Amino acid sequence: MSERADVSGAPPPPPPTTEPIPQSVQGGRARGSLARSEARAGLSLISPTLVIVVVMVVLPIIWTVSLAFQQIRLLNLSSAGIFGSYTIDNFRGIFTSEGFWTSLWTTLIYSVLGTGSAIGLGLVAALALRKAFRGRTFVRAAMLLPYVAPVVAVTYAWSTMLSPQFGVVNYWGQRLLGWDDPIAFLSQVSGEVSILGLSFSVPTALLTVIAFEAWRSFPFAFLFLTARLQAAPATLEEAAKVDGATLTQRFRYIVLPQLLPTIAVLSVLRFIWTFNSFDDIYLLTGGGAGTEVVSVRVFNALVSRGDIGAAAAQALVLAAILAVLVGLYLKRFATREEQA
Amino acid sequence: MATQTDVERRRPPTADPGPPRRTWTRDAVETRVFGVLRWLVIAFLLVIAIFPFYYSVLLSLRPLDQVVQDPGALWVGPSEIILDSYRSVLASAAEGGQGFIQFMRNSAIVAFGTVVLTLLVAIPGAYAVSRLQFFGRRQVSGLFLAVYLFPSILLAVPLFVFFTRIGLRGSLIGLLIVYVSQIVAVSIYMLRNYFDTIPVSLEEAAAIDGASRLGIMRRISLPLALPAIMANALFVFMIAWNEFLFALLFLIDARDRWTVSLGLSQLAGSIEVPATVLMAGSVIVTVPIIVIFFASERLLTEGLTAGAEKG
Repeated sequence: MSERADVSGAPPPPPPTTEPIPQSVQGGRARGSLARSEARAGLSLISPTLVIVVVMVVLPIIWTVSLAFQQIRLLNLSSAGIFGSYTIDNFRGIFTSEGFWTSLWTTLIYSVLGTGSAIGLGLVAALALRKAFRGRTFVRAAMLLPYVAPVVAVTYAWSTMLSPQFGVVNYWGQRLLGWDDPIAFLSQVSGEVSILGLSFSVPTALLTVIAFEAWRSFPFAFLFLTARLQAAPATLEEAAKVDGATLTQRFRYIVLPQLLPTIAVLSVLRFIWTFNSFDDIYLLTGGGAGTEVVSVRVFNALVSRGDIGAAAAQALVLAAILAVLVGLYLKRFATREEQA
Repeated sequence: MATQTDVERRRPPTADPGPPRRTWTRDAVETRVFGVLRWLVIAFLLVIAIFPFYYSVLLSLRPLDQVVQDPGALWVGPSEIILDSYRSVLASAAEGGQGFIQFMRNSAIVAFGTVVLTLLVAIPGAYAVSRLQFFGRRQVSGLFLAVYLFPSILLAVPLFVFFTRIGLRGSLIGLLIVYVSQIVAVSIYMLRNYFDTIPVSLEEAAAIDGASRLGIMRRISLPLALPAIMANALFVFMIAWNEFLFALLFLIDARDRWTVSLGLSQLAGSIEVPATVLMAGSVIVTVPIIVIFFASERLLTEGLTAGAEKG
């Protein structure tokens, strides 16, 4: 137990199990056997988890790769084996279909704008709640509700609120904001918005699901940024204040630089999750009205059409694109190995 | 804020006499503007965070015809409150209701099962990753982090195919296994971080006193980590209770095994069920989570402060 000098252990420790016995005799027998027993205990304690993860996660992913190169449908599933006939038709089908590229573009816009607005809103919330006031604990807890509530319940609340027939948003929008007609937020592909006499065409449903994403995940960013703000030393800002820096200058040059690493980590995490997210869009629009992201396409291929090969291939392409994007980002920006 | 600086300025000058009348510096203006803006932002955030939940409760307490007649109402008088929606959503299908009692039972079985199984494998695993040197420790940690970040839609395809093939689709057991495999990595990640904060010296003292490794784990490490384990249990429960995609994939054909989330989403698609009844269902799904959330928040802070006073 007492040899655990390198807890931080940057280089992986030499495997004690493979060490031949004579060496450990020279270095002291007790030390070698203690390390060996520790290694044994460690492996046996971790093995249940390892078995579950390998059987239920790693093997299925490898199997997905195999499925993606076969023409399998749910109907002929029983005849399919590991040694089926392999083909790249699934991928050819994906890359030549226009729907896939559209949906990939939608996914990208959804993820970038959703991630950005969620982090922006979270930052605003963290800054606004930075200074203590009566009832701040309650406000903080309330801020987290959108994130912890069941996704099915909140999407249902949103779609009822936004309903063109009896939704509260359209009712007050028509009364207070002077909307001519109720807006079908979740089923309208695009609508006209005129600002100062200029008319724009906006993708209504896509913007609505992005707004939902911002609403649902800003608490996550808020939580991380609040924790980081609490760790920031007050002395720096006080010194800057004494030197005559104004509030915005203190934010720009003192606070923001301290938050940037956290924001970078948040961007990666939120981007990964938004890029793959299925529940929100499936429950809000069902993938209609120009909001069909790739994960919804995967689901439709799998369940509605029973086309396992196409579903697996699209899921793989999605994961590959994500891996490339995140890899590029990490290569470019990440300096910190330890996250959060 | 403004008054505080005024008071400071009125005090007799100590070292820096300075220019006496500079109330409209850029800093003072900014402080004032953002001071006001801050309260507006807080109010706005509070409204957007809470309103959908408030609206759900409101709708679930009003009769449907009133909602259609007056959709903009933001308040319901105590005399107008009716609980018919709750009665209707909870009653079993045989009694003409939506059978949410059954759905809640299914959700509870799956969620509690997931918590127990996950902790059973995650606690030893987290202890090993945090405390013991073994071959491949770093690789294992990396693997778990990767699983944590892994897209579940990619896993959906092979698991759906696999469970269809072995005939476990439509069983709660199958769903439970999938949940455990998905959550155990996060759980280990969280627990490991907590184990790392417990001083090794305590365990070493016990080892010198002759305690075995299992004895150390049971008598020293587990009791110390109990707040974190409880918080982790609640966290796992929330994930399992809220989960939707795999419930949809695995249980869609078996109505009597639907979880609450799945039941609500499926009934929301049909036209026959009134929105007020579904809102009652929505409130019922959410309430356990909110209760747990507030409970675990206190637990988490308690755990942290308890650790802090030890020094």
